[in-house]
Order: sequence, then C-alpha cells, then structure tokens
Amino acid sequence: MMQDVILKISNLSKSFGPVQALRGVNFELRRGEIHAIAGENGAGKSTLMNIIDGILQPNSGQILLDGEPTKISSPTMAQKLGIGFVHQEIALCPDVSVAENIFMAATNVSTSLMMDYRKLEHDAREIFAQLCDIDPSVLVRDLSISHQQLVEIAKALTLDCRILILDEPTAALTEAEAQTLFGIMRELADRGISIIYISHRMVEIFDNCDRVSVFRDGQHIVTQDVADIEPSDVVNAMVGRVIDNLYPHKQETPTEDIILDVQNLTETRSFRDVSFTLKRGEILGFAGLIGAGRSEIVKGICALEGDVKGEVRLEGETLSLRDYPDSIAKGMVYLSEDRKGDGLFLDLPIADNISALKVEQVANRSGLIQADSELQQAEALARKLNLKYGTMRDPVSSLSGGNQQKVAIAKMLSVNPRLIFLDEPTRGVDVGAKSEIHRILRDLAEEGVGIVVISSELPELIGVCDRVLVVREGQISGEVSGSEMTEENIMHLASVLDAHAVA
Amino acid sequence: MQSRERGTNMDYSANMTSQARPKRDVSFLQRLLRMRETGLVIIILALFVIMTFASPYFLTWANMRAMSMAFAVDGLLVIGMTILLISGGIDLSVGSVTALAMVVAGWLFLSGIDPWVASAMSIALCTGIGAFMGFFVTRVGLHHFIVSLAVMVIARGACLLFTGGRPLGLFTLPPEFKFIGQGAIGPVPVVIIIFLVFVVAFDFMLRRTTMFRKVFYTGSNEKAAAYSGIRTKKVIFLTTTLCSTLCGIAGIIYMARFGSAQPTFGLGLELTIIAAAVIGGASLNGGSGSILGAILGVILLSLVSSSLALLDVSVYWQDIIRGSILLAAVTIDHYLNKRRG
Repeated sequence: MMQDVILKISNLSKSFGPVQALRGVNFELRRGEIHAIAGENGAGKSTLMNIIDGILQPNSGQILLDGEPTKISSPTMAQKLGIGFVHQEIALCPDVSVAENIFMAATNVSTSLMMDYRKLEHDAREIFAQLCDIDPSVLVRDLSISHQQLVEIAKALTLDCRILILDEPTAALTEAEAQTLFGIMRELADRGISIIYISHRMVEIFDNCDRVSVFRDGQHIVTQDVADIEPSDVVNAMVGRVIDNLYPHKQETPTEDIILDVQNLTETRSFRDVSFTLKRGEILGFAGLIGAGRSEIVKGICALEGDVKGEVRLEGETLSLRDYPDSIAKGMVYLSEDRKGDGLFLDLPIADNISALKVEQVANRSGLIQADSELQQAEALARKLNLKYGTMRDPVSSLSGGNQQKVAIAKMLSVNPRLIFLDEPTRGVDVGAKSEIHRILRDLAEEGVGIVVISSELPELIGVCDRVLVVREGQISGEVSGSEMTEENIMHLASVLDAHAVA
Repeated sequence: MQSRERGTNMDYSANMTSQARPKRDVSFLQRLLRMRETGLVIIILALFVIMTFASPYFLTWANMRAMSMAFAVDGLLVIGMTILLISGGIDLSVGSVTALAMVVAGWLFLSGIDPWVASAMSIALCTGIGAFMGFFVTRVGLHHFIVSLAVMVIARGACLLFTGGRPLGLFTLPPEFKFIGQGAIGPVPVVIIIFLVFVVAFDFMLRRTTMFRKVFYTGSNEKAAAYSGIRTKKVIFLTTTLCSTLCGIAGIIYMARFGSAQPTFGLGLELTIIAAAVIGGASLNGGSGSILGAILGVILLSLVSSSLALLDVSVYWQDIIRGSILLAAVTIDHYLNKRRG
C-alpha cells in the first residue's frame, strides 16, 4: 500500500571535516502526513533538515521531490520548491511590526515600489485569525517569546508551502498554545501539506503525529507508524547501545567528604529548587535537553549570571558571592561551553590566555607581569595536559579545537581550583583529545578537585561520571548512578513522557 | 590503571618535542610583531630624507624643534586614546576637553587663583568628565561613540561660554609656569622631556602591568574577560577616565606653551589622534595596539603636515593627503592581518 510520496531521500551522507554527520540516510515523507523526527542532540536531525532546506549541501546521495531528482541549492530555492522551515531559534526583526515580519519573504520578491502596509496588515490578520490572538501591528520586540515563536510559524504559513519543517516549535509555548498549534498542524495536513515535526517530547509525538523516524549517530534507525510502536521503543532506538572502552576507570573508593552542598537554589527565570551535593573524588554529571537549565544552574552557583537565591556551601563554608571574581577567589571556576565565543581570547597568545583568570599570580608585588613566571606556569600546565603547541606566544587561534580546549582547561587549573564546572568540555574536540580530557578529569577528581560535567552527549556522561543528575525544565528530575546509569533511564528523566508533567 | 601510567609517560615525550623548537620561533615571531613599528620607522625616515633634499628649511634646528613640539603634546592624547581603543572604547571629545582644560585653568587663573592650583583643578575636572562618560558607558550602557560625541559638543560649548568666544590672554602667568611649555633643559625642550617620560612610562605599564593586561583581555573579548573573572566595566571606566585626564594634562601644557587659552583650540583634533593610534596599530575592535606604534603614527602625521606646509601645499590639499594616508595605512594593515590570521 504505497502512499503518495512527496519527498524521498536516499543514501544521503554529509561530513564536516572528520566528523560524519549523516551516513547513508534514507527518509520518506508522504503527502499530508505529520512525520515526527526523534533523536538525541547531535544525532543528525538538524543536518538533515538543513540539507532539505538548502542551507547545507550533501556530500553524496539523492533527494527526490515528487519523484524528480532535485538539487536544493539554497534556502531561497527551497522556498520556491514549497519547503518552509521554522527554526528553533527565533530569527525575526524585533523593531518592525509582526505583519511586516511574516511577509518579509513576499516583500523581498515583490516588484512593487511602495509598501502596501494596509494590505499587509489585512493579510496578517487573516492568518492570525486561525492561529492565535496576536495584533499584527505591534512590534515583534514587544511580544513574549512564545508569541514570537507563533509569529515564526505564521511566517512559514504565508509561504504557501507543501512541506513544512517545525524544529521543536513547542519548546517555548504554553500547553494551550501548543494544543492550538497541533490543531493547525492537523488542518494543514488535511489540506495535503506534509509536516516534519522535530521534538523530544514523546507525548507530543504520540498524540499528534502519524509516523515517527528515529536517528542516532547520523544514521536512520527506524521509521514506524506511531500506532505500531511504543514510546519506550522510540527512546531505546534514540539512545541505542554503544559499548565504549575509551573512558577512564571510575571512582574506586567512594568518600563521604562533601565538597559542594547546594540547597534550594532558585532563579526566577531559569530554574527552581535545585539541591544536590558533590563528594570528593567523584565526577558528577548534569544531563538534560538543551535549554533545560543545566548551564544556568552552574552559572548561578558561580555568580556568573542570574539573580540566585538559596544556599551554597563549599567545603563547609557558606558562600555569599557578589560576582564571578569572588567565586574564582573561593576556588570555584566555570569552563564555558562556547570556547570561541566567551571561553578564550583567540587573538591573544597561549600564555596570556592561560594566566587570564588571575594575572596577579604571575606578577610581582608591584603588579608587574614577570614574563618568565607566566611562561613557566603555562608550560607546566601544558605539560600536565599534553598540549601540542608551537610557542607560547602563538595566538590560541593557531591551535586545533582539542588543543584550544586544553588551553581553556589550563586556564581553569592555573588558579588551583577547588571545584571546576565544565560545560560541554569536549564539544568540537576530536576523539583522541576527547579521551585525554576525560582522563584529565579523572586525574583531577583523584587529586581531590571537585569536578562537575555538563554534557549533551549521554555516552560521555555515562562513561565519565560516577553519578548523573538529570535536569528537566529547570528542575532536577532525577539522579542515576552505578548500573542505573543508562541512556534509557536518563532520556526518560530528561524528556517529558507524561503529559501531566508539563507545567 | 596501566593505561594511565602509559599516558603520563607520553605526556613528557610529547612535551619534549614541543619544547625542542621554541628558541628560533620566538625571535622570528617577535620580528613579525614589530613589523608595523619598523615599517612606520622606515616610512618616517624615507620622508625625512626626501624632505631634507626637497626643502632647505626642513633640516634646521628651528624646524625640528617646532615639529617635535607639535607632536609632543598630541602624544599625550594619543597615549590615552590608544589605551582606550585597546579596551574597546573610543573618545571623540579629546579635542574639546583639551580646550576646556586650557580655558578653565586660564579662567581660574584670571580670577586670582594660583596657576598650579588652577591647573590641578582643571585636570581634576577633566578626570570628572572622563568618569561622567565612563558612567554613561558602563552603567547606563550607551556606546562610547555617542556619549563622547555629546561630551565633545558640550565641552566645546562650555569653552565658548567661559570665554565669550575670545581667547584668554594670560600674560601674567609666572615664568616658572610658562617654563613647562616654553622652557628647555639644555637643548631639549621641557615639553619633549614630559612627552618622553609619559611615553616610556605608559609603554612600560602597558606591556608589563597586570592592570593593563586586563585592558587587553577586555578589549580582545569582553565576554571572555568577564568569564575570566575580570571586572570589565571597571576596566572600561578607568580607561575612559584616563583618556580624559591626559587631555587635561595636555591642555595645561598647551596653555603654558601658548601663554593663552583658546576656546577653539583642537577642532578636529580627535580625528588626527584616532588616525594616529590606528596607523600605529590600534584596532577599532579593541584588543590590540601599542604606545610606540601610536607615537610613530603621530610623528608620521605631524611630519606629513609640516612637510606639506614647507612645500607650500595648500591647506585644503593637506587634509586630503592625510586622509588618504590613513586609508592606505589601515588597508595595508587589514591585508597583513588577514594573511597572519
């Protein structure tokens, strides 16, 4: 019973340098279906969607649109072919009206000299009449995030598309708004529009979609009618079973010596009631979906960000930090997840980067930097971390990703910290450097330094950590350790399986 | 366990290979880093030689002295501007704040206050203006460009208000005060000595002190600096204040040199100062720049203007030529940086 296939992708591959993002992927989209796509962060979902939208070009493989081999060379071309993509990030112009935003594409191709604002607003009203109650004449900046997300969706609806890709559209929506969106999706599907729906939330997939495809490690794992598959099967397919001996050994003798004790930590916008402890010698992991609040929690503890209430005790001492410099002075440091954006000074020399956390350390009493001690410090840490470099005066940008990350870690170690929070410590790092970094973390933990690792890669968390806390929607939804520390258990705790759990 | 031990051994061997090379690279890299300064020196020397042949008046004691006096005081301004640019800021008000320092000190002196006290008060006022701008930039969150543009206009207005638009003649300034602007120790003008002291001191501090290292961190990547525990707002506040303070000092020296306070002094000076700093290697994006380079930039620009004057080139052409030099310098630098990056 072959149904009408609108988009067929066969044997598609894409690599970014040494990283194989997609491997021989096959995918089929039928006319008028809502097709869910599930997979962990980094499974290749976004790469595939970006190829369908013409943002990326595949290395090999074929795309058939209506049975015709098609090369989608740009997002503009995708638009002409009737493919609309609602990105997860909001990409609207905040200072112009909602109406102008949603018709931006139409205005772009229009040949008329003058803007017809009245028509624009009228047409916008028609679109919102079926979607939600948003005044098209207000400025986008005055809307809430969830309304901005709806404007993004409305923008895609104006494109008159045949294929609509929605990337986690409900992440910022309230339950009621999400339900409205599902109603509209069904209506569109009934009109023959095919929808690709990316989501982590099993309940949404099983309540609203027709079929589901699961991706893992750049490969297509399975496609099934939702009627024929159980949510737990989807989760299992998402995480798979990867046996990996690359990770260092685990903690041998657990201690009861508590390094960090956090009680009822709350930040109005991003997390609430977070309590946990970190013991000496163990590596504690934070799992959770992107945006769940993992980074916000640790940045809150370090006083880097947010207005945080609650109690933080470091080695028994209750902390009241004014700002991040205070945290560094107490020996609590944060390794940023965005190495290039805010982790390193790419144009400055390696040595200068390593000493940045406390330049006073390599200076004499009158505040003069001693080039020799700065160099010695950098070289000692480089040796410890097995950094590959030319000279210490080379800019950090001359190093590979893995070595840049080692510089960032060396910078943390330069102050002899008592506790390090590492946010995605191996993102964009090659496999070799990755296992070296894992070994360094274990060594540090054994030396008695507190280690907290945030990662989106579950195998990494399971391989490296002794205990993993799972964060979901700003709260700790559970804790796993020992043999319970499986990808299935973590994914269950991280994704919203139960409709009633949605706040 | 065993794999860890092996890993440790590998560490040392890897380190040995990486340490085997550094010596040669360091000197090579240093040469690369100095390239801009050496390039500027070569251009300046070439101009010098050409001018010596082109004009009989060029290589005379009087002309050399006049020329060095001209760039010496501007040198103070360019120090402040360079440091501010390194931290990621910019200041358009340097010309008018310098004039204001002169006018306020002159006005206070004429109302009977000791010239040294008047000068100190005037410099303090400039520091206050810098702090005022720093407040708007770091606390209110406005851009340096717009804040200093406003202050540029306000300070100029204040100059005209104080003087009614006419220069203040300060004929009664005591000779020991005029000495700082007009005197000489042996054959060397005091102005040049002050200039050299400032250049050496700030060049040293910029290279060596932790305080100024933080200026580089902040300008290179403000967020990364904040994530390194640097109080970046404090850094920007201080560099802004320092720049205006140096304007105050420059204004006082100019007053001593001219023996008058001119409310219209320094019109368009901010552009020359910024141009000199940029020619000398400061980036408008922050994070790079050097005092030595900036001083060479000032010397080059001042050499060009005085040469053009000696060659009887019209004043109007002078601006066109100076603007073209700026554009050429920045373009060349852009391509050099591209290749290095």
